[in-house]
Amino acid sequence: MQEEKKVIVPGPAGYNPKPAAFLGVDLPPPGRALLYGEEVDEEKAMREAAKAMLTRGNPTIFPGPLVLWGWNAAAMEKAKAVLELAQEIPNCRIIPMPDYRPKYPKIDPEAEINPNHPNLTILHNKIEACIFVGVHCHYANLSLRMIRAGTNCFTIALCAEMGHEDAMVSLRDQHAEEIRRFKDVLVQVRNEMGIEWEPKLPPENPSLPKEDWTKITPFDFGEYAALLMPRRGEVVEESE
Amino acid sequence: MGLEYVKISPGFEKYMPRDYVDLVEYGQFGKELDVMQMGQFKELVEEHPMCAGCYMAYFIRVFYAALPKPEDTIVLGTAGCARLALSQAAVPFIYGNYGDTNAVASGLKRALSIRFPDKDKDVVVMAGDGGLMDIGFGMTMHSWFRREKFTTIMVDNEVYGNTGGQESGMSPKGIQLKMAPTGKKFDKINAVELAQTAGCVYVARISPTNPKRIAKVIRRAILAARKFGPTFIHAYTSCNIEYSIPTREVLADARQREKKDFKFYEWMTDEVKEYFNEIEKKAKEVKS
Repeated sequence: MQEEKKVIVPGPAGYNPKPAAFLGVDLPPPGRALLYGEEVDEEKAMREAAKAMLTRGNPTIFPGPLVLWGWNAAAMEKAKAVLELAQEIPNCRIIPMPDYRPKYPKIDPEAEINPNHPNLTILHNKIEACIFVGVHCHYANLSLRMIRAGTNCFTIALCAEMGHEDAMVSLRDQHAEEIRRFKDVLVQVRNEMGIEWEPKLPPENPSLPKEDWTKITPFDFGEYAALLMPRRGEVVEESE
Repeated sequence: MGLEYVKISPGFEKYMPRDYVDLVEYGQFGKELDVMQMGQFKELVEEHPMCAGCYMAYFIRVFYAALPKPEDTIVLGTAGCARLALSQAAVPFIYGNYGDTNAVASGLKRALSIRFPDKDKDVVVMAGDGGLMDIGFGMTMHSWFRREKFTTIMVDNEVYGNTGGQESGMSPKGIQLKMAPTGKKFDKINAVELAQTAGCVYVARISPTNPKRIAKVIRRAILAARKFGPTFIHAYTSCNIEYSIPTREVLADARQREKKDFKFYEWMTDEVKEYFNEIEKKAKEVKS
């Protein structure tokens, strides 16, 4: 592909970049894909996506709620396919996006990604290539544009619907079977590049330590501790 | 909606953040938990950006702990303080435009009853005095006139707290606020009486000093809305910033108001009363 045809490239594109749709990028028709904002053959886009995941730093998969929660048989099968794909990417990580609610004061960027500020997770973990899968379209669009604005991450969207213009590679109609096909292409590219890798699952989520419900201190009540703690001179009766 | 949405896909258990694993394993979904067990289970809302000492935040926390079926509930809110915490809870939340919450809730409840005719799907509106009795007054009243089957909870802080302290229809007469320095000229709207007249089948006024009572009122309002019609709870949730109540005095203030104009009041139609007698009798029998 010629350099001048690349419309959507890894950022940082700067604050509030023009949406890809405004730059003339259209969603691909069935059987086709988007590569750097240009409509191409699906196989070609898959190979470029595979190269990015195999060569760029800290490749990560961001599964969304449609994959993480076992709400029907197809979702569970898709989840299985995503794990199979993750096994084949050397040093891949999985950082989930379990829902879209705003989080205050801040998310743990090593444990999760939030669509309202995805750059926190990407910059903290120095992620240079990522896959979005199972994220509802609106939030995928929001996140992908934000990532392009503020990070140098190469974004790949495995969309179950029509794709996303703001991703560097956008594959449409991706369900369990199609994700397995992408995995096969990735393995093929990996072998061609001479990268040796024994399939293994990514490391577990390094979440906060489990809360111990049996040892609660006044500090656990946060701002309400002041309401509970007896004041100087206050007599607290048993019958209160 | 439903329990399927709180079941982690096989294989992904070890990739989920601890918060979510706890929510599934020790949370309220699919369980009958008592509000007095708070602290022993993973709550639906924990962190929130509301002011220190905010009594509304406390009420919202108890509200979520009291939901009879959180996995089958949708909460609606609007501009105002409450939505700051409501949007962070692990229950679907819809943010309506200012004033249209009860209209959105009407459509949503009807759609849910068409889509899931054999299941109970609860819709709860929780908005402030501005959202329900001032700007949203028309839509609130009309949802009651139409006998829409959902619960409306007014978290009444008696002021527009988000925008600098303007008086609302629910501010007490004579009160001077930061953006209403000459004092309010007319009385507080009698929301409870309006709700009764407009067709609510269950109405309660509460100053949230007793978590068990709050839970009982919320539960009753939701259960009655499922079967009979609109229900309404008027809860006093002081704004300690605009009313300059020291954090330590917030609970004392709620108790004081409970003795004056926020005395506990509960009203229901005869058929609702009969229904509660029946289910509460059954629950007692199961316990014994």
